Amino acid sequence: MKISLNPQKILFLTAGLLILSAIAFVALRSGPLAPVMVTVEKVKEGNFHAELFGIGTVEARRSWMIGPTAAGRVLSVKVDVGERVTKGQLLAEMDPVDLDQRMASLDASLDKAASAQTAASAQQKDAMARLDLATSNMQRNQDLADKNFISPGALEARAQEKISALAMIQVAAANTKSAGQELTRLKAERAALQQQRVNVRLLSPVDGVVTTRDAEAGSTVVAGQPVLRLIDPASLWIKLRIDQGRSAGLVPHLKAQISLRSQAQDRFEGQVERIEILSDSITEERIAMVSFTRSPMGISVGEMAEVTLQLPVSAKAISVPNASLHQQGLTTGVWRMVAGKPVFAAVRTGASSLDGQVQILEGLQADQEIVVYSQKTLNADSHVQVTPSLVKPQTRQSAAP
Amino acid sequence: MINLAGRDILHSWQKFVFTGIGLGLLIGVTLTMAGVYRGMVDDARALLTNSGADLWVVQKDTQGPYAESSSLKDDWVRSMLGMPGVMRASNVTYFTMQVKRASQDVRAMVVGGEPLSPGWPSHLLAGRHITRGHYESVADIKTGFSVGDQIQIRRQFYKVVGITQRMVSSGGDPMVFISLKDAQEAQFLKDNDAILNERVRTASNPLFNRPSVPGLLEAIQASQTSSHNVNAVLVQIHPDEQPEQVAQPIRRWKHLEVFTREGMEEILVAKLIATSAKQIGMFLVILAIVSAAIVAFIIYTMTLGKIREIAVLKLIGTRNTTIAWMIMQQALGLGVIGFFVGKVSATFWAPIFPKFVLLETADALSGFGVTMVICALASTLAIRVALQVDPAQAIGG
Repeated sequence: MKISLNPQKILFLTAGLLILSAIAFVALRSGPLAPVMVTVEKVKEGNFHAELFGIGTVEARRSWMIGPTAAGRVLSVKVDVGERVTKGQLLAEMDPVDLDQRMASLDASLDKAASAQTAASAQQKDAMARLDLATSNMQRNQDLADKNFISPGALEARAQEKISALAMIQVAAANTKSAGQELTRLKAERAALQQQRVNVRLLSPVDGVVTTRDAEAGSTVVAGQPVLRLIDPASLWIKLRIDQGRSAGLVPHLKAQISLRSQAQDRFEGQVERIEILSDSITEERIAMVSFTRSPMGISVGEMAEVTLQLPVSAKAISVPNASLHQQGLTTGVWRMVAGKPVFAAVRTGASSLDGQVQILEGLQADQEIVVYSQKTLNADSHVQVTPSLVKPQTRQSAAP
Repeated sequence: MINLAGRDILHSWQKFVFTGIGLGLLIGVTLTMAGVYRGMVDDARALLTNSGADLWVVQKDTQGPYAESSSLKDDWVRSMLGMPGVMRASNVTYFTMQVKRASQDVRAMVVGGEPLSPGWPSHLLAGRHITRGHYESVADIKTGFSVGDQIQIRRQFYKVVGITQRMVSSGGDPMVFISLKDAQEAQFLKDNDAILNERVRTASNPLFNRPSVPGLLEAIQASQTSSHNVNAVLVQIHPDEQPEQVAQPIRRWKHLEVFTREGMEEILVAKLIATSAKQIGMFLVILAIVSAAIVAFIIYTMTLGKIREIAVLKLIGTRNTTIAWMIMQQALGLGVIGFFVGKVSATFWAPIFPKFVLLETADALSGFGVTMVICALASTLAIRVALQVDPAQAIGG
């Protein structure tokens, strides 16, 4: 028997076949028959490199606010922002107002007190002389009275003279002492005024750099308000904020890799200097201070930094990609592939690394197959088909210029 | 017995097939239109399903976070966890923006949340979930980003670390997921010029800039740039609880608005996309009527073209039912070809659409039924003409 195939029939058959295959394609691709594409991976065992990540700002460990201790007007500001200053350098001066005049007045008072002291000691000498005279008069009159040449009344008058002279000496001594005390008081007052005069000169307490100039000559500032602020540029460190939920393992002396926003391509070494006991309850972040091993050039205070902390390498552990973890109610688990069907297995997770690996403490063994990526959320009845990849990164990358 | 319809089709099969394909493309457009409508509804439902939430807790007297804007403090989530029946709760922020990709920008909904909590995508196609607290993102594949790309949102660059699928807003915009803190900052962060202007404005207000209170101005300015607001709290309830029973005490005692899944679906499907859905529904109805008319006319003209042949058939004594069945068979055949061509073409071009087009099997089946009925009805017009043919026409001029 001979089958005759004319071109028309071939065309007809081909068209029919094409339509049939297209229908088959459509049936398999969409609708309930279509499987969920997934990728699978074996559970890995090995050393686990966990890391912590946080962002922070560059701050100065030591900073000073330089301002007056009493309200006043700024007379002059001698330094500007960015200038390096040395310890004891005059940075700014407050207006002393009447301090100098009060000093002059006190100086005059001191002179006057010295004169008063001189007068008092002269008075004392005079009283001594009077006592000497009264004593010898008394002596003489005593002799005369013994021989009854004078009346007892005359002798009593001499005795009273002597007692008065003694009292005068005491008065003079007290006056001298008082004049000395007055002098001391005035001297102390002058010293205090002198101190105040010095205090209106704002001196640098350390070697540092001026960061802000908050008041200019002529402006009035209250006590405690800064005129200038200084920092110690050698003491820059990073105030690091790490999400509380991702801060397990944060301890002092961890090695840190610091990336500054202004120098994003460079990595700087550092380490955790201290961990603050107070954590931020509003932002739910823990705060750690990270110091640079070597302070970078051109760093600015307040700059943002990204810090990655290396946790110690754990002992052998099994880990899975975090994309494979799913939450069912309160249970965390993964979809295991058992005989081509997905089965949910609850797991207990441990630390996680920044490259997306999560340590598995319980629930899985090494080399078990688990679903990593899937087109849809899986359930126990899902009909799945394993594929090497769900996206095509190569073609996308080659398409990009 | 010879199949008259088959013979006739084979006789001029090209004409038949091409008419079928033409009709099929029209049916394809109709099916796609239905798919667009289904896609819109499914986008809205996908948003709700993918968020994994049972309850949406939003600002009082608003229908947020999708249909209206809603803003509440981010510590409400702790109060929610303390309510009876609540299993898990998480903060979430949503904002739609143009995300820059290379030289062009993509419309995307930026979602702030925490991995593995309600609101976060549960499945990935590639990459991983975010591990750093800042500046990492997971993007829907429809955004066009791939793992390793940089997305600029406000002033920060976010590295795409994972790719997911079917995570869309109610408007069908693909989503980009970033960490909650980043999202809070991005949502409320103004550009630098605005911040500077605001600082100057505050500084010039004598109430805030008081010389006798040093530090007051700085404190106020710092408080202006920080945000602890979120748009909604997503709540998952215990499996044996009723959503409404969990929602009731939150509404009553926490003075917040709570929506259950049904309530949210009502808002999204019946309110948010109602007008555009009706628009498409209207178009779909007109398209179906036009398709039916075209089928009727095609079969009618095909029959008119065969008037002589039918007359010959009548002349040789063919029964009316045979002729009617022949025309009916051809009409149904045309319908079958048309339907399959339409279904195949719709399936092929549906993924090219920028928004999701959902071709449901049920829709296809009812579409098939409707096509067959329309073809059958359309053929009656032609059958009527055919039966009225005078056999004399076969030999006449």
